[in-house]
Amino acid sequence: MALFTSCAADLVAPGPALAAARVLAATGAEVTVPRAQTCCGQVALNSGHPAPATRLMRHWVATFEGYDAVVAVSGSCAATVHHRFPRLLTGRWRPRAADVVERTWEFTQYLAQYGGGLDLALTGDVTWHDACHMLRSLGERAAPREVLGRVRGLRLHEAADREVCCGFGGTFALTYPEVSCAMADRKLADGAATGATHVVSSDATCLLHLAGRAERRAVRLRTLHVAELLAAALPDGPGSLAEVAAA
Amino acid sequence: MSAEGEGEGVSGGGEGEGEEVSGGERDFGTGERPGSSALRGAGRVPRERPEWAAGVRPGHRPLLPVVTADAVAREESARTAERLAARSRERPGDQWPEHVRALRERAAHIRRETLDDLESHLGALTARVTEHGGTVHRAATAADATAVVRRIAAEHGARLVVKSKSMVAEEIGLNPALEADGIEVVETDLGEYIVQLGDERPAHIIAPAAHLSRADVARRFDALAGAEQAQRPRDHSASALAGFARARLRADFRRADMGVTGVNFAVAETGTLALVTNEGNADMVTSQPRVHVAVMTPEKVVPRLADLGVLLPLLSHAGAGQRATVYQTLLNGPRRDGEADGPDALHLVIVDNGRHRILGTKYEDVLACIRCGACQTACPVFRTLGGGHAYGSVYGGPVGAVLAPLLDEHPGDAELPYLSSLCGACADVCPVRIPLPDMLVDLRADHAASRRGPAAAAWHAWSVLWSSRAGYLASLAGTAVAARALPRRALAALPAARRWARGRTLPDLRAAGRLRRAVRRTAGRGSRAARHRDLP
Ligand code: SF4
Repeated sequence: MALFTSCAADLVAPGPALAAARVLAATGAEVTVPRAQTCCGQVALNSGHPAPATRLMRHWVATFEGYDAVVAVSGSCAATVHHRFPRLLTGRWRPRAADVVERTWEFTQYLAQYGGGLDLALTGDVTWHDACHMLRSLGERAAPREVLGRVRGLRLHEAADREVCCGFGGTFALTYPEVSCAMADRKLADGAATGATHVVSSDATCLLHLAGRAERRAVRLRTLHVAELLAAALPDGPGSLAEVAAA
Repeated sequence: MSAEGEGEGVSGGGEGEGEEVSGGERDFGTGERPGSSALRGAGRVPRERPEWAAGVRPGHRPLLPVVTADAVAREESARTAERLAARSRERPGDQWPEHVRALRERAAHIRRETLDDLESHLGALTARVTEHGGTVHRAATAADATAVVRRIAAEHGARLVVKSKSMVAEEIGLNPALEADGIEVVETDLGEYIVQLGDERPAHIIAPAAHLSRADVARRFDALAGAEQAQRPRDHSASALAGFARARLRADFRRADMGVTGVNFAVAETGTLALVTNEGNADMVTSQPRVHVAVMTPEKVVPRLADLGVLLPLLSHAGAGQRATVYQTLLNGPRRDGEADGPDALHLVIVDNGRHRILGTKYEDVLACIRCGACQTACPVFRTLGGGHAYGSVYGGPVGAVLAPLLDEHPGDAELPYLSSLCGACADVCPVRIPLPDMLVDLRADHAASRRGPAAAAWHAWSVLWSSRAGYLASLAGTAVAARALPRRALAALPAARRWARGRTLPDLRAAGRLRRAVRRTAGRGSRAARHRDLP
């Protein structure tokens, strides 16, 4: 199995990818982190540059097509592979892409299917943020809830507007910072209102945006990637969210 | 309808000016023929809107990020966001009720089927409307369309026009065009009336005053009534406010020379014009004045009368969460001999205004839009901005961000596709399945391609670098080195960092490349799983 870590993991957020590797290894999978991997092209595409994006998509296909399964640590990158690759890649790349796309999973999707044997326990109160691309492009809302449901001691509090965008949106966060931050504020307020201590999601980038905003506004809601949560819930993990936060 | 008798009196009264003023109306202070009763005192209503929300689109406007930053800063925007979010919460995401899901699939099909053969449906529509005694005009541009309506108004000596909500009339600037001829135009949809008083554009396709609270409306109505205490709304309950507007509008319905409406759907098979309202104002506008002018864009045509059975309930559901709107008005031409009501003349103005350029392109789907406004209500960006004014375009929100640049009316509209986080909520709620987010991405690509410059070259160079492992690793190393070497102040001065730091603390770029090192270390130890405490 190949772990698709995303460029965000390489640049600013290594934690979720490392945690995902541990959780997947605990399922008994042989996890490889292909060194040739770079970026799926999502940022370029969404910024209006499909040609450079397509170049990265081809590189992605060439990097990952040899593996039995590809597991993405980012819901939006998984969504790009599923939703965009078949639309943008042409010629001989199209069937090659279709072939590997079929074996590409978002992290919690894979665990919902094959992670049943994991022994997970972690006490604490969390709320789930449905990251947009995971939710709508990938059409996945059930898998993360199912996986979190297997963690003994964990209480999941659903926020009123859990399916509303957090305002990150890639370069949107930079083009319209005021709008983006106002959206984060609503998200944080909704999350905090549930009584949860952590907002958990599938995308490190949404969480960076939320964490950066929470810190600036001194909102006491922490962020945690679902892979980090599950890694902490493994038998040798800390056992409680409070300890994760303290670490 | 109680006003029917008077209405006929008006149309029978012909050219006589001012003589049919009823007892309640008096002294409009102008010394001329008494004008609209609904707009009397409108000059007293304070203009609270920012310049870019003005009823007439300003020729130039500030850059979009400036407008949006302003909009977010307005206190009212947060309240609007809350109101719209509450509406949206009632109908979460793509959870379509079973009975509506079937309508949605059928409607999506009907709309595409219509677009495939638009001209022949329009031909059939024109023939049927003409058979019924109506007159059909085709207008290529906004200017052509307003010229047609002005001519009709002149022919009928119209001085007072009552209007039922129409977005295409906004699009072609119909009100200012008629007003330039000295004609008073009164919006009769309650929301439109409220925004008209403040000289604003509608903030939402189906809820023009969605950005205003009941207190805001009460303030406007109180100012309108001015010193005439007796005329003020008795209290500020929704029904008292509506009652106040109704009383003022009623006199205008009776005395107007011409009624203008939009068209929700026009049936090719029967020549029927379908209008939906919750206030019944379209019935008044189309039945009381002597002339009815209906304005539509070509894609409002539907092939069969039976299609209304699919589209009308779907429109009600998607727009307002209703099974059906309170009024569904089906018109088949002007009044015929022996009929009790209806106008003497009916004109249907079909205005293209750039649609033909969209047909047959990858954006054709956007013409399937039935103007329900669901994508606007669902859009968190639209909500956060407090409605559509901040888009600068006539159509705000996701559909506006797609349509406005395609209609190509204002160079600033080309930036609208970027005003979206691409969250996709709009596509979930669109009753006719328009893939708005995909279109926004395509429009961004068109926009970027139209200005080949340093940005395009930079993306190109970046993608070449990042499609090789060595180039990618080098860029990670470079980032980490820069993050370590540069003082935090210098880093924070970079444009992207500065924009991020407007409201958020910066993530730590010194982490660049750390993942690679950690992976190498674990691989080196021959262990497949790093233990928690080994984490770098
Ligand atoms: S694009 Fe769809 S959701 Fe938006 S107004 Fe049109 S029909 Fe309604």
